[in-house]
Amino acid sequence: MAKQSVLIPVIVFAGIVVLLWFGFQLSDPHLLPSQKLNDPVPDFELPNLLQAEQALTAADLTGEVSLLNVWATWCPSCIAEHGELTRIFETTGLRIIGVNYNDDSDAARAWLERWGDPYAFHIVDQAGTLAIDLGVYGAPETFVVDADGIIRYRHVGVVTQKVFEETLAPLIQNLKDAS
Amino acid sequence: MMGRWALAGCLFWVLSAPSLAAIEATAFPDETIKARYYDLIAMLRCPQCLNTNLAGSDAMIAQNLRATVRRLLIEGKTDAEVKQFMFERYGDFILYEPRWTAKTWLLWLGPFGLVLIGLSVWWSMGASSRKIRHGLSDSDRASLKRLMDR
Repeated sequence: MAKQSVLIPVIVFAGIVVLLWFGFQLSDPHLLPSQKLNDPVPDFELPNLLQAEQALTAADLTGEVSLLNVWATWCPSCIAEHGELTRIFETTGLRIIGVNYNDDSDAARAWLERWGDPYAFHIVDQAGTLAIDLGVYGAPETFVVDADGIIRYRHVGVVTQKVFEETLAPLIQNLKDAS
Repeated sequence: MMGRWALAGCLFWVLSAPSLAAIEATAFPDETIKARYYDLIAMLRCPQCLNTNLAGSDAMIAQNLRATVRRLLIEGKTDAEVKQFMFERYGDFILYEPRWTAKTWLLWLGPFGLVLIGLSVWWSMGASSRKIRHGLSDSDRASLKRLMDR
């Protein structure tokens, strides 16, 4: 009996160690699971950043597999990501669509002037309504949208070459093969 | 002396800054909507900041979501509909009281489980120490007495 009571705290301690060991290995708590996976891109009607008279809708996202990238001039990591998006576009020709999120449109145009523009077009989301419908909570965030306009993947944070080559590129290839 | 007052002033100013930051000038058509707005933004968690509610956060997303809560309430949505709207976009995380699902039952029952484990450990420790108290042999008592008398 005395032996057993020594064992109990040891077992409890071991249990806590195991729990924390796996708990801390879980992904970053900042990364919330997307609620919108395998749902169509929500409906919207918002202006085009570079052609203000044109209204863009969810239908403009269909037709081919695309990256939908949420960016802003107030987001420093978006500059870091911009080089990789440019590289992706130049090497693969993938259609990249920008969501200019909670931003000043003049500043956004100047930003693109300065850093270059690998995007097919940019949706102006000044009030963040499209971003909220997408479940976005920061920038940058990137969605993989298939040719039917269905959200297939969401990446929170900077798309690096590693992220693109290990995660996004194989997924995009699968989606292209399927359609 | 002056220095102390200046320090107190600085402290007051620094400590009051966060509460000032959370106050926004927002207009409401009536007091009920205003009260429901403040209840809701206290109950919804800011998705960016892990443990701050929408009311207490200055993050851009919290500002946008506060504006969204206000808009939905003015459109005539019920509190449940506003929560459902947020849940559909941000999941269980945004609700400070997550719903009962296969994924969240551990969150709800876990603390009771821990209390039960604690009670059982406490009980078994009590049981074993009682055993020791009654289990002293005559020679133990004799040596204990020798130690105490020293």
